[in-house]
Amino acid sequence: MRNPDFKAELRAYLLGFGLALALTVVPFAVVVFGPGTQGLAIILITLCALAQLVVQLRYFLHLDLSEQKREDLHLVLFTVLLLGIMSIGTIWILGNLAIRM
Amino acid sequence: MSGEAQTSWLGRLNIDSLSIWRAIENPSVSEFVGAGAALVAIFGGIGALVLITWLRAWGTLWRDWLTSTDHKKIGVMYCVLALVMLLRGVIEGVVMRTQQAFGMGGGFLAPEHFSELFSTHGTIMIFFVAMPFIIGITNYVMPLQLGARDMSFPVLNQISLALTATGAALVMISLVLGEFATGGWTNYPPYTGKDFQPGPGPDYWIWAIVLSGLGTTLTGINFAVTLYKERAPGMTLFRMPIFCWTVLCASIVMIFALPPLTLAALMLAADRYLDFHFFTNDLGGNMMNYVNLFWLFGHPEVYLLVIPAYGVFSEVVPTFSGKRLYGYNSMVYATMAIAVLSFCVWLHHFFTMGQSANVNIAFGIASMAIAVPTGVKIYNWVATMYRARIRMTVPMIYATGFFFLFTIGGLTGVMLANPVISYQVHNTLFLVAHFHNVLIPGVLFGIFAGYHFWFPKVFGFRLEERWGKRAACLWVVGFCFTFLPLYALGLMGMPRRSVMWDDPAFQPFMWLALVGALTILSAVTALGIQLWVSVRNRAATACPLGDPWNGRTLEWSIPSPPPPYNFAQVPQVRTRDDFTDAKATGRAYQPLSAYEDIEMPRNTAIGMIVLIGSTLLGLALIFWIWWLAIVSVGVMLTALIGRTFWLNTTYTIPAEEIARDHQAWLAEVHAAQRITRAEETQAANRGRAALELPQGVSV
Amino acid sequence: MTQPNAKLHPGLNLGHHHGEAHNQAETVVFGFWVFLMSDLILFGLTFASYITLANNMGMASGPTPADIIDLVNVFAQTVLLLVSSLTFGVASLTMRHKMPAKVTIAWLGLSLVLGLAFLGLAALDFLNMANQGAVPSRSGYLSGLWSLVGLHAVHVTAGCFWIMIMIAQIAVLGLHPIVKSRVLRLGLFWHFLDIVWIGIFSIVYLGGLL
Ligand code: HEM
Ligand SMILES: [Cu+2]
Repeated sequence: MRNPDFKAELRAYLLGFGLALALTVVPFAVVVFGPGTQGLAIILITLCALAQLVVQLRYFLHLDLSEQKREDLHLVLFTVLLLGIMSIGTIWILGNLAIRM
Repeated sequence: MSGEAQTSWLGRLNIDSLSIWRAIENPSVSEFVGAGAALVAIFGGIGALVLITWLRAWGTLWRDWLTSTDHKKIGVMYCVLALVMLLRGVIEGVVMRTQQAFGMGGGFLAPEHFSELFSTHGTIMIFFVAMPFIIGITNYVMPLQLGARDMSFPVLNQISLALTATGAALVMISLVLGEFATGGWTNYPPYTGKDFQPGPGPDYWIWAIVLSGLGTTLTGINFAVTLYKERAPGMTLFRMPIFCWTVLCASIVMIFALPPLTLAALMLAADRYLDFHFFTNDLGGNMMNYVNLFWLFGHPEVYLLVIPAYGVFSEVVPTFSGKRLYGYNSMVYATMAIAVLSFCVWLHHFFTMGQSANVNIAFGIASMAIAVPTGVKIYNWVATMYRARIRMTVPMIYATGFFFLFTIGGLTGVMLANPVISYQVHNTLFLVAHFHNVLIPGVLFGIFAGYHFWFPKVFGFRLEERWGKRAACLWVVGFCFTFLPLYALGLMGMPRRSVMWDDPAFQPFMWLALVGALTILSAVTALGIQLWVSVRNRAATACPLGDPWNGRTLEWSIPSPPPPYNFAQVPQVRTRDDFTDAKATGRAYQPLSAYEDIEMPRNTAIGMIVLIGSTLLGLALIFWIWWLAIVSVGVMLTALIGRTFWLNTTYTIPAEEIARDHQAWLAEVHAAQRITRAEETQAANRGRAALELPQGVSV
Repeated sequence: MTQPNAKLHPGLNLGHHHGEAHNQAETVVFGFWVFLMSDLILFGLTFASYITLANNMGMASGPTPADIIDLVNVFAQTVLLLVSSLTFGVASLTMRHKMPAKVTIAWLGLSLVLGLAFLGLAALDFLNMANQGAVPSRSGYLSGLWSLVGLHAVHVTAGCFWIMIMIAQIAVLGLHPIVKSRVLRLGLFWHFLDIVWIGIFSIVYLGGLL
């Protein structure tokens, strides 16, 4: 039974939690205290959201690139591809229509 | 939406909801056609109940079919559902063609009635004929081709069927109660919003689509997981039959393209029921959002339908050519490419909505690109047939018709993918001709080819050849007469969905199309006769040994009909077209050294509970009977959750029983005469094929 | 085919020491991932629709984000959901390490309470908006906002019911293999909802205020 012991795993969860919390506080702070320009704020919020996405996938959903069987990775990447096509396409098309209205 | 209707305990359901009552109150030809259809639906339903009672079949029906979790039974039920709905869809098509043939300046149908007809026809043909048929065939065939015992989630499979049947039932009930939407199969708002259509029509569409769509998504998940997790040992992805690959692509569409449709329908429901403003004209709604979401689903959907049809042809053509498929790998890549590309082209359904030329051209180019992988496929099939000893059986007639006609449909598709041309012919009968040109020779012919091909596997006897050939030829001819004239009419400027017209130049084409529609009707009749004749003569065409066509894949290596557990022992796969290889190398029909007990899922009534519950739920929502909605949801949830506390969901088939059946079958196989391909359609063919390879061609 | 300690599916694995349960979980957990991906598309397109409505035209001279967003409440909701993700993670760990069922139930119960608290705050938020006249029938933008946040809330509600059912099942059936596999899937669902929430607070609330 080569199971990593309970404490170590718990610590990983706590680490993930801490990171996620930090990545939540930062964007809220940016909006509340409003330092810098709007463009900067948008970039910060986006980066924090993406980082938190990775953190949660890694520490809570245990999705990593190493031990996965290929098919699971296929699934997730494929979904992201399709979602990207669909949502970016939607925003592009309707944005274009809005401009031309 | 009158006040008193809302206070009744039956919501807004009242005597005027009965279409028969409406016909009595204000008689007209149009109302009589509607009432007649209602009567047919009612008497059809009652007739079926009486027949079942008379045959004393309730017990069998319940035990062997309705509560079964066997993928084979479920597949057959899907196909039966689709056949029934096909009948209605074709009749509606013929009625519309008749109306238009006499439509110069009038005709006999009221405009709303005509609109209801094309709306139900389109909805039924896509969602309740083509999809359940494809799903049914897949359900039956795919696990057998993979060497699996069942789907990954047998109970979920049953529930999916129930949800699909719910949608179909709602569309059928709309004949009798209330009326169906008049907004076409696309149901575009704001026309279908509550300002313009306050009645139950669009709600029928919404709930039929949402409920059956949920079933389809679940089916997609089931297919995909089965493909990934249930393959027999040795069956790598690249040893799967092409049909399984096409199912993988179809399930991708079911999983990822159904959500936009569900979402669009639910948003429309929010607009109609809760006064939201997604798609309204006022207060910041944007109906173009709906169009976009609908076609995010709509385009992948047509590939959901046609790709498995390609898969069927990829099984039929090699089998009846006696050769392996030409270019397996290119076929796989072409299929995958089509699946992904199909998510990149949805805008070609609304080139004229007003976006800039740059947006249009991007999607136009992507659309034209699909022709490339499709062309690869056509060449692969043709190359498979090249210098082969082809047997012109019924499936091959459909395949041949498909090659010629589908190519025409595909080419007009490339024309329509050009925004400049689309601006000229959009919303005309040219478009109607195009999509029937891909849907009938593509999807429907594929389905019929599969039906003839696998029928002996399912029921243990072959379909009668002569009536089959007649039906196939009638379909091909009927299709040409019905739909090719519509190209001309479209170019002459006749709009689609027109109840009447006034240019005398249209008339000759209208007559031609009517003749074609009647030919199609006779083709359907011929299919019915064929089934009747085949059942009557089933002793003469029995092929219980399982391999009537000298098949190539695993489903032919077991008895017909297969036992509940499919394979006495899960096969060990060595190559592509494993059964052909097994027959050539003597691996086939070997006795087993040991048999094991097999655990199979038990029957369950959960599907029937979901069917009844969700049908009532749909009606409750359509007619605002809120208490019924709550009760039906409560019952379904209680049943579904309660069932999860029940752990005893499987039963065991003892090894002795399996051994007895398997050995008896093997003895029969070894005793049987080996049939050459020349005798394929004769009574001697009991399903044991002689090994025949074309000269100079390896397995 | 599978090595002794290989992960059979993405997400927390029961681990080899759970024997049959570990192997049986493979297919169902994979199936559940596929379902989540389908659900992700549903959420993603709801986001896209929201974005197309969150502009001047969609607001139809009605309330704007600045009028209706209560950032303190949103922050509290965010933290509650995040903490419940952590407690759920601990619940799964106690199960993976075969601690007594009572312990697992306790952690599940804690996650449930946090989930319910989240829903309570969300309801409060909706109520406040409604009192300001910011109801979905006011504008396309508000329709989009209510339905996106509402879709998430409906999912959380379903998750809460599911936790209750799992607590009942552990109590009645014990940690039967199938029960364990259900808890695993519930965990995926719960964490998935937290991930969707990242999108909601970033795009709808923070993005809306900018
Ligand atoms: C079998 C013989 C069939 C006949 C005679 C027929 C006839 C028609 C007619 C007359 C229309 C209305 C055209 C118009 O807008 O003016 C129509 C529409 C349509 N048909 Fe068919 N059809 C047949 C088969 C099919 C099949 C097999 C499918 C799909 C699998 C199909 C799908 C549709 C759809 C989607 C529409 C569009 C409905 C709408 O306008 O919203 N049809 N058909
Ligand atoms: Cu298309």
